[in-house]
Amino acid sequence: MVWKLLAVGALLLVLNAMGRGAFALFFSIQAGIYALLALGLNVQWGYTGLFNVGISSLFALGAYTSALLTKNPVPSPGAWPGLGLPFVVGLVCAALVAALAAALLGSATLRLRGDYLAMVTLGAGEIVRLLLLNESSLTHGAEGLRAIPQPLHTWFPARDYNAFYFVVVLALLALTFWGMERVLRSPWGRALRAVRDDEEAAASLGKNTFVLKFQAFVLGAALMGLAGALYAHFTTFISPADFVPLQTFLVWMMLIAGGSGSNRGAVVGAVLIWGLWVGTSVLGGFFPSQWAVKFSYLRIIAVGLTLQWMLLCRPKGILGTITSPSSAKI
Amino acid sequence: MSLWNDFLHSLPQLLAYGLVNAGVLALGAVGLALIYRIFNFVHFAHGDLMTLGAYWGFLFNVTLRLPWLLAFVLALPATIVCALFIDRTFYRPLRRQHSVVLLISSAGMALVLRNLVRLFWGQSVRSYDLDFHRAASVLPGVRLTPEELVIVGFALATALFLFVLLRYTRLGKALRALADDVDLAAGCGVSLAWATRWTWVLGAGLAATGGIVLGVEDHLLHPLMGWNVLLSLFAAVVLGGLAHPYGALLGALIIGISQELFAFFLPQYRPALALVVLIVLLLWRPQGLLGQRT
Repeated sequence: MVWKLLAVGALLLVLNAMGRGAFALFFSIQAGIYALLALGLNVQWGYTGLFNVGISSLFALGAYTSALLTKNPVPSPGAWPGLGLPFVVGLVCAALVAALAAALLGSATLRLRGDYLAMVTLGAGEIVRLLLLNESSLTHGAEGLRAIPQPLHTWFPARDYNAFYFVVVLALLALTFWGMERVLRSPWGRALRAVRDDEEAAASLGKNTFVLKFQAFVLGAALMGLAGALYAHFTTFISPADFVPLQTFLVWMMLIAGGSGSNRGAVVGAVLIWGLWVGTSVLGGFFPSQWAVKFSYLRIIAVGLTLQWMLLCRPKGILGTITSPSSAKI
Repeated sequence: MSLWNDFLHSLPQLLAYGLVNAGVLALGAVGLALIYRIFNFVHFAHGDLMTLGAYWGFLFNVTLRLPWLLAFVLALPATIVCALFIDRTFYRPLRRQHSVVLLISSAGMALVLRNLVRLFWGQSVRSYDLDFHRAASVLPGVRLTPEELVIVGFALATALFLFVLLRYTRLGKALRALADDVDLAAGCGVSLAWATRWTWVLGAGLAATGGIVLGVEDHLLHPLMGWNVLLSLFAAVVLGGLAHPYGALLGALIIGISQELFAFFLPQYRPALALVVLIVLLLWRPQGLLGQRT
């Protein structure tokens, strides 16, 4: 799969060199960022069975962290000046901050039933949104952050910059994919799956299920933070409107469509769902404006109903491995 | 210290607002707790079910120009039919799987409901066709509108109704039995299909009422109104103890009042209090105030 990813990447770069792949590159960078989010969710949900509804907030934390650390230092009264740190520092700190946030949430909830984690991650999404909107001296509120620096921006002509950024995203994605596959096959990964399939059994075999869940939750969150940083430096402009619950939902859709538990599924699902999402938004452009708004709602309804259909009829997704454990009640 | 003095001065008023807020939350939280007890999953679409109920009320009250009482009463069966349809089509086939699958399904359903509301009624703010009254002095230092007084009375009536229902009726007995042990209840002749239906009738009916009451309290309706209170509902239900029938009422009371007190100092972070309460509670007493440690 890593080789396939790199082969597709090389193809896109050749196309771009021929002057025909600009949109494909743009699309692939976004899909690659979503694939990172889906890989992060796969560690949490696919490997370990942890339900996270705060993906967009971890994504936002990563994006804002990296942006604030790398922005050029422009002293202005009463506002965060930016530290002008290198891109790589931004990426690492983005992952760390998201991991820290996840550690806080996880330590409160992961000893309990999964429902509590779901509620608390929902709440965290709300808090992050409020912080971004209200702490304007740091985040510039609803206006958002502009002029986020791009790595090695001056090295490339503007026309070719996306090709370079695509390589960065693809490399990080391939590396993450390879790492997560290693994790999946390691004893630690097996223990995670044991927790997912039957937590009591895993505990009775002497596994510390809290620590395992905690580690998986934090690791997944770090990947989401990383994805956020990549997003911020790609668009160079972020605002609270970029990080909405719908995004969380799309990532879930990607993982479930691709197949929970499978890293290949996460990547394939991300490309597929992002393709459908972008494709249908292009479709919406053909409608007159008063219908275009209605169409955008219909599109979300369609995604929601597709999710229901997947859960009912294709619970394994395209490449999935989970057959979810049954806990029959009614 | 003048902020503190202001706070003490407006305390009676804040408590009164808190009581109104608690009334709204209680209507949602009780249904949420009921559904949790019977089906063993957190119904993420509950907030949006409230929104749907509020907009059904709007359809009957404003679009069809019916008198408000009739319109609001009609909104209940409309919402209940929707909930029964959703349960039958989407939730029921998933019930034998892990409860988290139902959680995902209901989170997806929340999005579908919210966007259906947007599709039919648009994104903009709406309002019921009511003669909203001005606030009048009810107690020294407390000014409330007649609508707000009705809300408080209504929540109290609902609490009483629920108590009587769970305590003295056949349905109540069946629901309590199901919540304790499904297999045992089924073995004793409780019809699961019947009890399931009634759970949704009660849950969705209360949610619709809550949504309408929220729309009346705020004087406005918008597609996110229910989703925005969902976190407070969660906090209220967990606070009371997820598995305790009247816990949700107590939880709603505490969350409702403390939200208003907190909002006096940090209005822009009003929704954050629910999360803080939730986290503190999960660390300190996860079984809730009324629950027993298992």
